[in-house]
Amino acid sequence: MINKVGRDIPDFLLKDGKEVYQGKNYMDGKYIQKASPRTRRYEKPQESKIAESIVKALKDCGAKSGMTFSFHHHLRDGDFVVNMVMKAAIEELGLDNLTIAATSLGSAHDPIADYIEQGKVVGIQTSGIRGRMGEVVSAGKLKTPAIIRSHGGRPRAIEGGEVHIDIAFIAAPTSDCVGNCRGIGGKSNCGSMGYAMTDAKYADHVVVITDCLVDFPNMPASVEAIDVDAVVVVDSIGNPKKIASAAARISQNPRDLMMAENVAKVIASTPYFKEGFSFQTGVGGPSLAANLFLEKYMDEREIKMGWAIGGICGPMVELLKKGKVGKVIDVQDFDLDAVNSINQTPNHFEMSASQYANPANKGAFVNKLDFVVLAALEIDTGFNVNVLTGSDGVLRGAPGGHPDTAAGSKCCIIVTPLVRGRMATVCEHVVTVTTPGDCVDVLVTDYGIAVNPLRQDLVKCLDDAGIKHVSIEELKNKAYSLVGRPEDLQWEDKVVAVLEARDGTILDVVKKIKPYSIN
Amino acid sequence: MEILKPAMAGTLESSDAQVTVEPGDGKIELSLESSVMNQYGKQIKATVLETLDRLGVKSARVTMVDKGALDCTIKARVECAVFRSCGKSESGIPWGGDVR
Repeated sequence: MINKVGRDIPDFLLKDGKEVYQGKNYMDGKYIQKASPRTRRYEKPQESKIAESIVKALKDCGAKSGMTFSFHHHLRDGDFVVNMVMKAAIEELGLDNLTIAATSLGSAHDPIADYIEQGKVVGIQTSGIRGRMGEVVSAGKLKTPAIIRSHGGRPRAIEGGEVHIDIAFIAAPTSDCVGNCRGIGGKSNCGSMGYAMTDAKYADHVVVITDCLVDFPNMPASVEAIDVDAVVVVDSIGNPKKIASAAARISQNPRDLMMAENVAKVIASTPYFKEGFSFQTGVGGPSLAANLFLEKYMDEREIKMGWAIGGICGPMVELLKKGKVGKVIDVQDFDLDAVNSINQTPNHFEMSASQYANPANKGAFVNKLDFVVLAALEIDTGFNVNVLTGSDGVLRGAPGGHPDTAAGSKCCIIVTPLVRGRMATVCEHVVTVTTPGDCVDVLVTDYGIAVNPLRQDLVKCLDDAGIKHVSIEELKNKAYSLVGRPEDLQWEDKVVAVLEARDGTILDVVKKIKPYSIN
Repeated sequence: MEILKPAMAGTLESSDAQVTVEPGDGKIELSLESSVMNQYGKQIKATVLETLDRLGVKSARVTMVDKGALDCTIKARVECAVFRSCGKSESGIPWGGDVR
């Protein structure tokens, strides 16, 4: 069945009430029955929950073949925990038919590709999928199609019982002996632990893996001991160098700066740019640099930002410390400045993924967002964005919070160069729709600005401010005139990944790519 | 033009292409690797063959490793490799002739 963004969703996926994407806010006002986990009672006082090994903790939690294990990605590309746990489960306990439900996965998890090829891991549910795992899944080697969800879609699916987590593994920079966890104070700090919170509340069993045991009570805890079955102390949960970069630096690239300046101009031309406005930006070159130019306009108009959310890094913490933003609420930290600020700088708070972006709760932070500035791998003339599949059709990205912030915000700005090497970023049809065009308002490129025709109010704002803009078709034509018109990718019928919209409907599917020949 | 000795042009930097030409056995043999293969493979092949044809190269083994180069870059790299292979790059580049 063809959905609202023109993608053909195979009928075999449309069972058990699954629907195709019907447009923004389709699920508004509907009810959701929340699932509840089956958890063990620990009535007798326990001095400690420390298990001597991951294997012991797995056994204590009744780990068996066919289960779903969950992980969170705050340790990013420095994470050791996913590989450690899967190795213990598969190689030491001999389990198979396992599903990994992670908030995101990266190239740190390349070894899992082997377990997929061996048929030991049969399901993957994640936001991000990259590296070897992306390649083997794209090659059709995973037994069931991978399910890709946004950061808000995941807590929705967990709370609604679409994903049942048997055991959640919490990678904790610090924990006490009963499982109160924090993201700071240890040797592998990640700051916010927001993505782990829903997992801990909805999993049947919760195992904390830490490399820094601290005195009880470890407060204020991000994941609370009341939800934790076991604590395992290991030598190292991750490589700190890859967990948080030294400091996200603002790009010096003149092209990025020019685009960032235009983003700030667009923002300043809208009625939402007033005292107390709210903002989220990505950490890509031009998105991050937008902070810099925005500050100028804030000073000029003598206004302050009310609050910012995200993915947080140094430049936003800097604005908070200067008193130019009232509050920062944080689901994940990208650099050490942010890690060292959360819960320490006044008004820098932690939040859960559900609180951040879940479309099925009673109002997530993204719903109050004025502006979001995001990047894109590709954007098509329908303003649909792809941040998941490469130009060769292989999985190598993540929707993350992109679809959630785009849908929730009053003004979603995509900033991207028109071409990257020979790749046309602005194109006729994106490979995979990860954020639907009805959620995207303005596109800023190095060759011009385009406004979604659905937003005539913003067209007027730009016109009134004297900001030149063109149609997105013109930008696409310009791109094709530079790099040539790309051939359409050729797919087989096999679905290798299903892309859920944030509300749980099906936005797109990724199929297995046909071998290519130049003859 | 006749390919007299193996020659190379270009780099493996992003947006460039590295071309190697070697004497062939009476026909054009092309081996192509590209970071944008699925979307531009056929166009790249056509550009390489056209350029060789324009230079009058009838026999060569050509290896190209493309890192997303534009057509103008691909043409320039192929031309340069061919000229180097027949000693034309020191003097006698046919500006305004075969090179347009």
